[in-house]
Amino acid sequence: MNEFEQMYREVILDHYKNPRGHGVLEHADAEADGQNPLCGDEVSIYVAFGEDGETIDEVKFSGRGCAISQAATSMLTEMVQGRTATEVASLDKEELLEEIGIPLTPVRLKCAVLGLTTLKIALHKAKGTPLPEGIGDLELN
Amino acid sequence: MAVTTDRRKLDAHALRADFPIFEQLIHGKPLAYLDSANSSQKPRQVLDAMTAFYETSYANVHRAVHVLGERATAGLEGAREKVRAFVNAPEEREIVFVRNATEALNLVAYAWGGSNLGPGDAVVVTELEHHSNFVPWQYIARRNGAEFLMLPLDDAYEVDLSGLDEIARDHTVKVVATNLVSNSLGTIADLAPLTRWAREQGAIFVCDAAQAAPHMRVDVQALDCDFLAISGHKMCGPSGIGALWGRGSILEAMEPFLLGGHMINSVRYEKTTWGELPHKFEAGTSPIAEAYGMGAAIDYLEAAGIDAIEAHEHELVAYALGRLGEIPGITLYGPPPERRAGVVSFNLADIHPHDVAQILDRSGVAIRAGHHCCQPLMHKLGVAATNRASFYLYTVPEEIDQLVDGLHTVRKVFA
Repeated sequence: MNEFEQMYREVILDHYKNPRGHGVLEHADAEADGQNPLCGDEVSIYVAFGEDGETIDEVKFSGRGCAISQAATSMLTEMVQGRTATEVASLDKEELLEEIGIPLTPVRLKCAVLGLTTLKIALHKAKGTPLPEGIGDLELN
Repeated sequence: MAVTTDRRKLDAHALRADFPIFEQLIHGKPLAYLDSANSSQKPRQVLDAMTAFYETSYANVHRAVHVLGERATAGLEGAREKVRAFVNAPEEREIVFVRNATEALNLVAYAWGGSNLGPGDAVVVTELEHHSNFVPWQYIARRNGAEFLMLPLDDAYEVDLSGLDEIARDHTVKVVATNLVSNSLGTIADLAPLTRWAREQGAIFVCDAAQAAPHMRVDVQALDCDFLAISGHKMCGPSGIGALWGRGSILEAMEPFLLGGHMINSVRYEKTTWGELPHKFEAGTSPIAEAYGMGAAIDYLEAAGIDAIEAHEHELVAYALGRLGEIPGITLYGPPPERRAGVVSFNLADIHPHDVAQILDRSGVAIRAGHHCCQPLMHKLGVAATNRASFYLYTVPEEIDQLVDGLHTVRKVFA
């Protein structure tokens, strides 16, 4: 099983089977839906800001998709908790990829960053800041 | 070539030796290539034919006076005759070379639909279409103010024809467009009721045979269609080449699709007139060597025997459905083996097909995981995606065994 463990580390499977922050936030301060049209992964992200209107107080996500997309989004919700919207809106994807910690083919890379891209879009929309170019070639709603 | 010469069983193990792709290990394991419905592998006969063509006979076609131009033109036109015979078209001039079936269907949608559809008219497709026979019609119909209608699938995933009378009552049906074999479920359609209905409506019937032509005899006269689209890459030919067959009288009356070099009769500042068929629809330099390669692929398939290929695939599908059915948690989609070309779509519990396919890849097994360019069907199935194993004349049962073993590994990883 070793070669498969390299692809699907225990922590990935754990996040996939027991996703953190899974659910919907009614009255979210920021939200967005993202889809990966290549494989049909779907993620919706909901963010609540703290009293300062800037600190990420709570993040939830819903959706369906492959283990990589769902586990990466689950990990993301833990990673951004308590950080500022401005910081997360320009978060380097490498930080998330390090956390995921498995080699990803170009196709699977799109799965891995779906949640992050959707979160960034939610934050930019909420703050009224322009979306960076090439933020992701995923389908947006 | 190691093939049988009549309608006896084909020897897939022997045919396999014609395909260089299998002379390698993938992740240290033999390659089980179960993705032929996506694109087929190429036999040495096709690769060698194309190389020899480039090395001895290549030049541009139809306009060179020199001997290489003559050879190249003969190569291209020879391939056209092979395609004509392959689909039993009445005339060579009715065969238009295009990039693939998608381009063929766009050609019909734009050039025929663009000038013949208007308010009150309807285009009818089915819920089982590949996007290539769905999206162009949806687009052209809406652009021209016509209705775009979809025949739904019933609970057994068969096209439900019960709404035809109502459609006929409320619309002027101008186009009926459907596939002969579903790329997602492998279903071999019985098109006769629909072609008859299309005739009664005075509609044109457009057949997407991209998934059918590699696997069974396709005969445009027996089908009684008006257009038929095929792709070279799915039938042992190269990518970048496909063919549209169209009824001559309709093609003649049509406006062109792509405009430019070669497709003209005369060009003046005031007016340009179009060339004869098929040149009117072949603007620009053709994919010459690719067409030649498609011709070589047809020779290869005919030598193996189309009927033998079809019978081989029915056997493989029956074997695959049996073996896959033993796996706990598997859901199989589609009709019984005798009504399928070599396609088996399935899901394994709630494990996403991308995860399944990635673990299978490490086991040397190549399948397709995704929506197979059939999102309306996926919606109907209630899933985002499926796994699809697909077979061809070089597929052997051992590859299906390798798939089954791989799926057991998937279950362990996600247990």
